Amino acid sequence: MDFLTVLWPDLLILRRRLARYLLTTLISPLLYLLAFGWGLGRGVNMGGTSYLEFVIPGIMAAAAMTASFNGAGTKLNVDRLFYKCFDELMMAPLSPWSIVLGKALIGVVRGLVTAAAFWLVAYLISSGFTPGIWFLMVIILSCFLFAFLGVLAAFLARSHEDMATFSTLFLLPMTFLGGTFFSLAGVPRGVRFVLYLLPLSHVTSTLRALALGWPFPWPSLAVMVALTVAFSLACLAAVRRSSV
Amino acid sequence: MIVTEKLSKTYGRVVAVDGLDLEVKPGEIFGFLGPNGAGKTTTIRMLTTLTRPTSGRASINGFDVVAQPLAAKREFGVVQQHLSLDRELTVWENLELTARLRHLGRKERQRCITEMLAYVELEEAAGRLVEELSGGMKRRVMLARALLHRPRVLFLDEPTVGLDAQTRRRLWALIRRLNSEGTTVFLTTHYIEEAEALCHRVGIMHRGKMIALGTPRRLRERVGLYTVEALWNGRDTRYTYFPDRSRAVAYSQGLPPEVKTVVVRESNLEDVFVELTGRKVGEEDDGFSYRSLA
Repeated sequence: MDFLTVLWPDLLILRRRLARYLLTTLISPLLYLLAFGWGLGRGVNMGGTSYLEFVIPGIMAAAAMTASFNGAGTKLNVDRLFYKCFDELMMAPLSPWSIVLGKALIGVVRGLVTAAAFWLVAYLISSGFTPGIWFLMVIILSCFLFAFLGVLAAFLARSHEDMATFSTLFLLPMTFLGGTFFSLAGVPRGVRFVLYLLPLSHVTSTLRALALGWPFPWPSLAVMVALTVAFSLACLAAVRRSSV
Repeated sequence: MIVTEKLSKTYGRVVAVDGLDLEVKPGEIFGFLGPNGAGKTTTIRMLTTLTRPTSGRASINGFDVVAQPLAAKREFGVVQQHLSLDRELTVWENLELTARLRHLGRKERQRCITEMLAYVELEEAAGRLVEELSGGMKRRVMLARALLHRPRVLFLDEPTVGLDAQTRRRLWALIRRLNSEGTTVFLTTHYIEEAEALCHRVGIMHRGKMIALGTPRRLRERVGLYTVEALWNGRDTRYTYFPDRSRAVAYSQGLPPEVKTVVVRESNLEDVFVELTGRKVGEEDDGFSYRSLA
């Protein structure tokens, strides 16, 4: 259970700054919700459902992705390269897996807190969407996926700028192209293939299907599981490579 | 207690540590003296499992740092050169994190943290965030953290760098006390007086190699226990070494009129370093050499 010890200080910091964290992490998804869902999309119908109901799972997936990635990666990157307090973990008698899992878990927690807070607001302004257990499970899985990616990026980054570059080159395009605001089924086949290379596309498809009662995209769930395992193993290799 | 055999680390074509053979005995304060870039920190990083050696072996209390890293990690505590505390946590929380990482039980954690805070005289700072502390206080928190699990070996990487003279001496007193209680201390420094004041034996590092090893007195005997420091023509300082004071004084009295200032003093480890390398410990590698006239 060493991973819980690794998680413990990050939880303390999150608890101490929860109000500020919620304020900053919810700004973007709420602006998206108001601008695209409530404003631009008012009156738009997406195959029998309102655009607001259509876009809520997508924005929730994007918000959870950003919160998980940054929640796991940003502080780890700073602790590793700038404050060097990550060395304390590396010199403690812990397995590499405990370190990777503990550091990913704070991303998962932050992603779930963000998703829950966003859902509360969305619930109040929409028709009262209530996620089921499978929706919750997929959100948790997606948080693990992007948290491991955040840990991996933090290990591979050689500077703080590298992390910012990764966010700009990968997270931002995923937010807008990963099916958050539009249906991937409606784009040309070649483009759709490219867009499905983005992990967020699979998360969005899965969550939207569960929220709107559409056919469940099992291949997307399989891709999410495979990517989560792949990113976690890559993190493990990165930790092993960075020390004895 | 600490053994290295042909320990080496290279980064590309740069050889940071080159075939280091060393044995530090239990209960010893051993010092690595050398300028920045000599390979001191890289050696400590290899000994503390943070960096994988390119070749050679190292063990702490019999545990190979590469083959048995978890066992080796239980044997040592480390105070790193940089302030490696979590600034967003309080002093107590930083110590509690280490106690948890070292698998101390709840009651033992409370007792050890309380004891260590008293040891480094920081009881009143326990609830303060680390980012609010002075440099000297942070250094003492790091020392408390390194000692929390009662390690047999304590690594100190430039432990007093950036500290004022008073805080430095306070930390020296703590290190001596720890050593008198049985802890083996391995420290790196580029402060001559620190190596002379604290260390039972000193290894002099230069460009990745240990070029001399011995007690401070034995190393000084190598060059001569007394130094004549003569300022020629008001700009060129030359050092000449003698085994005793009388010969040094006699030499100084026979110097020509071009020598405006002469000082006869006991040699120190700086003189040893200058004699061995042609450079001062604290200076950058700028190509200028100091040469002995003896």
